[in-house]
Amino acid sequence: MTAIPKPTKTIDWRGLAARIWPAALAVGLALLFGALLLLASGRNPIEAYTALLQGAFGSPARLAETFVKMTPFLILAISVSVSFRCGFWNIGAEGQLILGAIASFSVALLLKSWPAVVVLPLSLLASVVGGALWSGIAGVLKARFNANEVITTSMLNFIAVYLLAYIVNGPLKDPEGFNFPQSSLIAEAFQLPRFLAGSRLNIAFLVALVLVVVALLFWRSTLGFRTEIVGASRRVATHVGLNVNRTVILVALITGGVAGIAGWGEIFGIHYRLIDAIAVGMGSLAVVVALLGDLHPLGMVVSAFLFAALVVGGNAMERGAGVPFALVDVIQGSIILLVLARAYIFRGRRS
Amino acid sequence: MNLDLITSTFIIGVLAASLRLATPILLAALGEMFVERAGILNLGIEGTMLIGALSGFLGAYWTGNLWAGVLAGMLAGILFGLLMGFMSITVKANQVVAGLGITILGGGLSTLLFRLAFGLRTTPPTLDIFPTLPIPLLSRIPWIGPILFEHNVLVYLALALVPVASLVLYRTHFGLKVRAVGESPDAADTRGIRVELIRYLCLMIGGAMAGIGGSYLVLGSLGLFWTQMTAGRGFIAVAVVVFSKWDPARALLGAWVFGLASAVQISLQTLSVPIPSEILLMLPYIITVIVLVGVSRRAEFPGAFAVPYYRGGKE
Repeated sequence: MTAIPKPTKTIDWRGLAARIWPAALAVGLALLFGALLLLASGRNPIEAYTALLQGAFGSPARLAETFVKMTPFLILAISVSVSFRCGFWNIGAEGQLILGAIASFSVALLLKSWPAVVVLPLSLLASVVGGALWSGIAGVLKARFNANEVITTSMLNFIAVYLLAYIVNGPLKDPEGFNFPQSSLIAEAFQLPRFLAGSRLNIAFLVALVLVVVALLFWRSTLGFRTEIVGASRRVATHVGLNVNRTVILVALITGGVAGIAGWGEIFGIHYRLIDAIAVGMGSLAVVVALLGDLHPLGMVVSAFLFAALVVGGNAMERGAGVPFALVDVIQGSIILLVLARAYIFRGRRS
Repeated sequence: MNLDLITSTFIIGVLAASLRLATPILLAALGEMFVERAGILNLGIEGTMLIGALSGFLGAYWTGNLWAGVLAGMLAGILFGLLMGFMSITVKANQVVAGLGITILGGGLSTLLFRLAFGLRTTPPTLDIFPTLPIPLLSRIPWIGPILFEHNVLVYLALALVPVASLVLYRTHFGLKVRAVGESPDAADTRGIRVELIRYLCLMIGGAMAGIGGSYLVLGSLGLFWTQMTAGRGFIAVAVVVFSKWDPARALLGAWVFGLASAVQISLQTLSVPIPSEILLMLPYIITVIVLVGVSRRAEFPGAFAVPYYRGGKE
């Protein structure tokens, strides 16, 4: 098991540098690997990366779009980091986001003539419950039956994707939606306010930042400490009298609940409706963002921004320079492996 | 719903299809069995199968020879197995996270290389798959013949590898070393068994088998490649290994259960059963979870499962 560092209480600049430098190196090497792949296939990597950078930062609107994408990445990474620090390897953020989206959308649909001040908090709550129920299944199966959570959460992802596809093609399909796999829009009163004209940036971004603060506080709480003890060693946790199974179930509920909020943000802040592709690729992105951020709330703010830029820029790169977006997926996978290998690389240098 | 369609031909068709659908999962599971027996959990199987599928496609497409495709899939799988070996044995990284990294890398790399090779096309490039090879005489046995003996060569290969895997695991020197390394690497090391070498070899076997399993999807079943075409089969293979209690014969049973679930799902759609197709598509995944839950509690994992080996105790 990897040693998971605790958040430092006072600012230790040297320690901070020691943690950031390997992450920066991992990103740099992954980008270099991507460039080599492009070169080998006869593409111009400089052109591709220029298109990527312009796509992510080229104008205020592009930058705002990067923050839009950063919102779910950051929320999901916080969700993943809680479970990873507990040694509960939840890779089901995608499915939990979907269930959160379905649950919160249902509230907006059922209470469509109610005032927004009631419906918005209720739908947020519903998204937490929806996500928590989905991951709770994996938590209970892990605690009671020792069922490997990587497999159960991955299977639950597929089940959630098909459930959403069923809903937007069946019972909740928009009758005026030209046969697209999507529901009708939520009431205009429920649509979260946007900050800038011409940009989709909205209040959900602030919700993500609030969650960062909550996460910082969580790791200073008793429950956070308990989570980390269980993650460090189940044997030790049992010895000091912690109920490991109960902690695992609780962590499973928390991780899914937080992921559900990302679904709420996508529905009420961005799409205003259920669409079938609401969470495509977000599960693996959440894992990469969390790991690159060292599972630390502030680290994940940086890595979520970086990956949002990669994704927004990657889409622009595909349109502008004709370089497939899958390059971003390759960079993601490389970053995970490089972040894991950093201990080895740096140990090798020291000895 | 048209029940008249359920004839003996139909049932035979479903059972025959179940074996074909079980094949890629069986191949990957047999390989992963060696990996886990040696004490390593490789969750990169999904990505390894994807890179195997892509390499299988490219190898067969460019040479015009299907076996070259299988070979390419196998070699790409071995490379990914070695990568997992480097992460888990040499770097001693967390195996769950390393496996996830490899799965994401395999998914991205296979899609990227396919797009770089063929660009965006309205009609995807296709190739002819391995033809059905009825076995003389045996395929004429009523019921049994068409179910068991009218498949392509890769299905037979997968089935034949089940006793081979058993033999290697239980009756050879190498198999004994694999089990020793997985149960008690310390004891194995003191007996002069090279723990790291055995583990690397097992990951190469696991990668090769997952690579062939991935290439089967292209060369033995569909004739084309698409993004994330494995659709979770790598993770299902890992569940099958747990179900099998690390025994090849039981892995065949496990893989067949999922093949049957997929075959039933497909046939219910053709019968226009009044259940939405999206709900039917969930079936194999739901069954995976149920089966995993049923066996996990009593499963006896190898002694040193998912624990990196440090010579002379943990540093």
